[in-house]
Amino acid sequence: MNRLSWFNTVSLTLGFAFLYIPMIILIVFSFNESKLVTVWAGFSTKWYGELLQNEAFLDAAWVTIRVAVFSSTLATILGTAAAYVLVRGGRFFGRTLFSGMIYAPLVMPEVITGLSLLLLFIGIGLDRGILTIVLAHTTFSMCFVSVVVSSRLITFDRSLEEAALDLGCSPAQAFRLVTLPIIAPAVISGWLLAFTLSLDDLVIASFTSGPSATTLPIKIFSAVRLGVSPEINALSTIMIAVVTVGVITASLVTKRAMVRQQQDEMAAARTE
Amino acid sequence: MPLFSDCRTGAVLNSDVFAPWDDPQAKPLIQFQNVTKRFGEFTAIDNLSLDIFEREFFALLGPSGCGKTTMMRMLAGFETPTEGHILLGGQDIDPIPPNKRAVNMMFQSYALFPHLSVWENIAFGLRRDNMPKHDLEERVEEMLRLTRLEQFARRKPHQISGGQRQRVALARSLAKAPKLLLLDEPLGALDKKLRQDTQFELMDIQEKTGTTFVIVTHDQEEAMTVASRVAVMDQGQLMQVSTPDRIYENPVSVYVADFIGDVNIIEGRAAPSGEDSYQIDWAEGQAPLTASSPTGFSNGQSCHLAIRPEKVTISAERPSDAVNAVQGKVHDIAYLGNLSTYYVELANGIIIKAQTANTRRISRRSFTWEDPVWLSWTATAAVLLAN
Repeated sequence: MNRLSWFNTVSLTLGFAFLYIPMIILIVFSFNESKLVTVWAGFSTKWYGELLQNEAFLDAAWVTIRVAVFSSTLATILGTAAAYVLVRGGRFFGRTLFSGMIYAPLVMPEVITGLSLLLLFIGIGLDRGILTIVLAHTTFSMCFVSVVVSSRLITFDRSLEEAALDLGCSPAQAFRLVTLPIIAPAVISGWLLAFTLSLDDLVIASFTSGPSATTLPIKIFSAVRLGVSPEINALSTIMIAVVTVGVITASLVTKRAMVRQQQDEMAAARTE
Repeated sequence: MPLFSDCRTGAVLNSDVFAPWDDPQAKPLIQFQNVTKRFGEFTAIDNLSLDIFEREFFALLGPSGCGKTTMMRMLAGFETPTEGHILLGGQDIDPIPPNKRAVNMMFQSYALFPHLSVWENIAFGLRRDNMPKHDLEERVEEMLRLTRLEQFARRKPHQISGGQRQRVALARSLAKAPKLLLLDEPLGALDKKLRQDTQFELMDIQEKTGTTFVIVTHDQEEAMTVASRVAVMDQGQLMQVSTPDRIYENPVSVYVADFIGDVNIIEGRAAPSGEDSYQIDWAEGQAPLTASSPTGFSNGQSCHLAIRPEKVTISAERPSDAVNAVQGKVHDIAYLGNLSTYYVELANGIIIKAQTANTRRISRRSFTWEDPVWLSWTATAAVLLAN
């Protein structure tokens, strides 16, 4: 291991302090005995207990999870289909326009997306609730899925699909039996991305949610306007923990798969 | 199938020699009928007609971009002809999609399914036909035995070596017992030693299964080794279709002579001097060369004389009985171990290559740089070509 120079040590410390101090403060104060968020009064886990009793938060969490699961699944199906056509469809009329248009929502301000969806739902007389949030989340997260999946499809060896056709598959079978299993990692990461985007979306959800359905970010945001409670700190800490565990697991799994692949290939080369 | 027999070297037709192309009664398995394929402005295949017979090992040979891969993809069904028809066993296959054709293909990249084991890769095509479980297992085992892959059946493609992957690809494409097997540069990714071994394995398997093979390659040595007939292609057209020995010994054009093997090309003007015999004026101040040719040339017609380097004899003195002899000095020597190629510069600056087998150790080599030498060849050694 190289020792870092003092300059690099300082840069590293400052950078990470900037990133993580707010979160550390939040986590520390979630274990605070006092009801006042800024005054330390000893260690306690009572806010976690209270959180589990809070129906409103639990309802909101359940709505959020359902919305995230449905919208990310829908977005993955639509986004994968769009990516497949744009990468594989050849040069059909309007292809350039379509591929430009699928990426536009990525840079569109969320306020505009939210507002336009609100106007649409009012226009067609759709009551705002879980359904409208799911539709709205699908709309904006499907282009992220499409970007992830199409970058995988571009490097996909087309002769694999041709081989499947050659061996007797119909085009639909070739997609199901060969293409999909191979691009599955990209499809799964697209799903995870859509899921995360849906989980933490506040702006679009606040335009498209109704009184019957409130998502967790909206709940937290409105609760904070009445004053930060340690309960919210506890809730946020749980969310940070879940995300951290998820990220670490994903990177460990990827790393193990890579190491195994390398070992297999080396072993294969030796049998030559 | 007499792949090693003397049908290679002799033009003598004998009844047990496999040569359906010489039999007017034989029905071809594949017929290209005036096939043209255009991609936009570019013409990949230009009004091409060709017959390929059952049990043939047919090689499409040519530089990249000559249209050989397009022909293969049309046979597999991935492209359809712009004009003309392709018949398989007498049936027009143009409207049949690739998954309904009794044709299988071995891809250049092998295209093994990375998420399936070797066993499942081979079983893939059979499963599509809903083959009964017992028959399917038997067929896969048979293919594994044929390609000597039994011990690798449970492995994934990334867990085996390049040569083994190549055999899996072959087993997978043969499993459905196709009428026609297409091989797209099948040995391109293997190193030279492995490639030579695999060539013989391919011929062996082709002989065992009796399948018609069409191979696409840019490697002329490979085409000559494995094929019963070779088609030399250039710019979407067939330049010559014949057995390897005829392609080599009787090329019909300068292009073919130059593409297959090494050759000396001498330009000149022909003058008839008896039956099938010509005198060729090729350089001022040099005696005319003598060559025989079954094709007629008019007096003064411009021509090319193609002579293979191994048919040119190099000697210190002018051989007394030589029909053609020219003098020069050794310009360069390419030592290849088993052979040496001498680049001999003639008085008029033309360089002629002469090849000799190194039957002696190199320390006793007869000629060295700048040595004056004589080159000689017989009247039948050279091929006289019009273009």
